[in-house]
Amino acid sequence: MEQEDGDIIPVARSAQGRGRAVGMNISSAGNPVIEQEPETAQDLDLPWQVVVHNDPVNLMSYVTMVFQKVFGFTREKAEKHMLEVHREGRSIVWSGMRERAELYVQQLHGYLLLATLERVS
Amino acid sequence: MEIRQNADALEIAEIDPFLAELLRQIPESAQPDGSADAEKRLFSQPADANNDLCAEWKLYVEPELRRIFQSATETVATDLAQLNGNAKPFANCTLRIPAKHAEAWLSALNQARLVIAAKYAFTDGELCDHYRSPIGSRRDLGLFQVNFYGFLQEFILQHLMDGTSDSAVPGD
Repeated sequence: MEQEDGDIIPVARSAQGRGRAVGMNISSAGNPVIEQEPETAQDLDLPWQVVVHNDPVNLMSYVTMVFQKVFGFTREKAEKHMLEVHREGRSIVWSGMRERAELYVQQLHGYLLLATLERVS
Repeated sequence: MEIRQNADALEIAEIDPFLAELLRQIPESAQPDGSADAEKRLFSQPADANNDLCAEWKLYVEPELRRIFQSATETVATDLAQLNGNAKPFANCTLRIPAKHAEAWLSALNQARLVIAAKYAFTDGELCDHYRSPIGSRRDLGLFQVNFYGFLQEFILQHLMDGTSDSAVPGD
């Protein structure tokens, strides 16, 4: 499993980052304040991983290019993950915080790769 | 058919009428047209089906993906207009793809390949059969489209990744 840094361009609003409203108080200024239920320890601690799945239609060279563009991989590293997808059926291409993992999955779907978000078990 | 490239464009020359027609069909072929399998492939699940992320994804992310895919096919359709209005209907023609449209072409070609493959549910064996004749059935023609579009993708990728010199497609 690898963890990567690098700039990413979201293609849409992230589906993550919404807390659950559990009640309402009045602030000292008199304005209503919606209380948010804190994330569970499990939500906060466990990393998430981006998994790319095999697809017999997408070209190997295309998948390699997408990995280079989305994750900034070198060609060698991109090819290693591409071959892992091809041979093993899936490859974990990134792990880390959920919100960023979601953005990566969005980008990969924008390139029409089969990608999912999974919690590290 | 010959494919050349220069600094600002890819040029596909000597396109025979049959291949020109396949090129014209790219935008249409990229549309799922009510095929649940094709729709499912273009807009795949981001996680296990029981994850609430999937519902939010459909609401917030899928519309943006649709916009991106549509924009790419519209760009390709605009470029393909060059193939219309040929004075001699059965003459070979030339298509010029501006370099700045290369990513849109990659996307549209990929959409078309995935949609066709999903509609016909091609097997892995069929997808590896690059020499099957397109003449026989609509399914055979679909497989030929997938392979032909894949060939164009390969060339565009080559152009994007390392900018190689002129090339010609043998045997056509």
